[in-house]
Amino acid sequence: MIWVDTILQGILLGGLYALFAAGLSLVFGIMRLVNLAHGDLIVMGAYLILLLVTLLGLSPFLAALIAMPVMFLLGWALQKFLLNRTLGDDILPPLLVTFGLSIALQNALLETFSADSQRLPTDALTTASLQMGPISLGVMPLLTFASAVAVILGLNQLFYRTELGRAFRATSDDPVTAGLMGIKPANIFATATGIALVIVTIAALYLGLRANFDPNIGPARLIYAFEAVIIGGLGSLWGTLAGGIIIGVAQTLGAAINPEWQILSGHIAFLLVLLVRPRGLFPRAHD
Amino acid sequence: MPLLTTRNLVARYGDFQALFGVDIDLGEAETIAIIGANGAGKTTLMRSIAGVLRNQADAVRFDGAEIGALPADEIMALGVAMVPEGRKLFPSLSVEENLLIGTYGRKQSGHWTLETVCDLFPILRERRHNPGTALSGGQQQMVAIGRALMSNPRVLLCDEISLGLAPVVIKDIYKAVPAIKAAGASIIVVEQDIAQALAVADRVYCMMEGRVTLSGTPDSLSREAIHNAYFGAHQ
Ligand SMILES: Nc1ncnc2c1ncn2[C@@H]1O[C@H](COP(=O)(O)OP(=O)(O)O)[C@@H](O)[C@H]1O
Ligand SMILES: [Mg+2]
Repeated sequence: MIWVDTILQGILLGGLYALFAAGLSLVFGIMRLVNLAHGDLIVMGAYLILLLVTLLGLSPFLAALIAMPVMFLLGWALQKFLLNRTLGDDILPPLLVTFGLSIALQNALLETFSADSQRLPTDALTTASLQMGPISLGVMPLLTFASAVAVILGLNQLFYRTELGRAFRATSDDPVTAGLMGIKPANIFATATGIALVIVTIAALYLGLRANFDPNIGPARLIYAFEAVIIGGLGSLWGTLAGGIIIGVAQTLGAAINPEWQILSGHIAFLLVLLVRPRGLFPRAHD
Repeated sequence: MPLLTTRNLVARYGDFQALFGVDIDLGEAETIAIIGANGAGKTTLMRSIAGVLRNQADAVRFDGAEIGALPADEIMALGVAMVPEGRKLFPSLSVEENLLIGTYGRKQSGHWTLETVCDLFPILRERRHNPGTALSGGQQQMVAIGRALMSNPRVLLCDEISLGLAPVVIKDIYKAVPAIKAAGASIIVVEQDIAQALAVADRVYCMMEGRVTLSGTPDSLSREAIHNAYFGAHQ
């Protein structure tokens, strides 16, 4: 029974990793851009929510709701005025620029908020748990997982049911021909990064509610996100959820054997999946 | 005044100059053909008009406005749609989605809708949920033409729509031209098949090495004149 419990906790933890990864997966799927500052943007989102909570006395959920449009605009502008200029046949410029952005963000957060670790305030509900027989599931992990599924479902609806989604896919296939359809690829990319940062805000909310954060934890979040995306298959959103779950389950199983093995087991699971399926679990048919 | 004109249109790929001052006119409701050997600059001319290659503002005029310097998406919104060489369907989109994306930048009501495009090419209705790239070459070409028609363009640019297709399929595709004209579009077809071009066009331009070497109505051009304009006089 303890194993069932451990695996369930792992699946729920996978929801958090899927939230970390969904924005990365979206941006990579559309413009083949790996944003190395993704983890730091999540941490920045958490500080933005914290700021709204402390300044305006809002609940973290309401604060996140307000942070979303702010983060959308930030992502839009970041892509439009900086990252679009790095896109091209050479994959090195976007990596260098987002790496630099990662360092700059960490330093800016350190200067502004100090190195002290912070946490978003939780209330009774968010620390409650549901008892189901011998198994007890936290409300917060359940909420995180439900949000991850909702985000992936929503993104899929957007991708496959809307005109914007068609434009995302067409631009990803062939930006020049997309231009002949009246699409401005630069704006499509900006919108995609804006949406990615809305998801980053959701990830930031749960990051800050579940654990302490400080300006330096971004890169580790990036690694989890990265592994989830690669396990799932580049550009596949459901694959990203599956990837998050695999890392989550591996981590809780590893921790159950020896708490020191938690992080390592996640990385080992990632390597094992890569060994068996180098292109991930759900690779796209073309490209 | 013609609907669309190019004047002293020049195009370069880096150091290589592909067009040396091309002047063409397309009248309202007219169909013109651009013929010429491989590498003559026909596709470069189409891409310059469509805004894929940018130019001097006054090098291309459409409906009185200078559009030479506009990007492709803005030119498309004005009503100049292109069927690009090699069809260029979007592999991630189904046949129906490929058609629908044709209206992204221009929601112009008119004769052409999903329904009427499928009436024009009935096979597309049958295959509408297939990926665009799962179709035969001829069917893909129909999707590419339909996609351009969806925005009810005033000018349709067709770049080698018969390339690589069997003669019976080419006939099928060119059967659509009268309906496209009837719906009000002026057309530029780029063709290597001279007979096909002469049959469909009101006027013909022949290009060689980035220049227009001959132009006129099909019956005013002798075979020899076309041959010389196509391959050069000294072969
Ligand atoms: N992307 C490109 N880069 C460099 N040169 C090009 C490019 N596209 C075409 N060219 C050159 O420009 C000339 C005209 O090409 P193109 O317009 O494609 O001719 P056509 O369509 O008549 O066959 C050719 O010499 C071709 O090699
Ligand atoms: Mg060509």
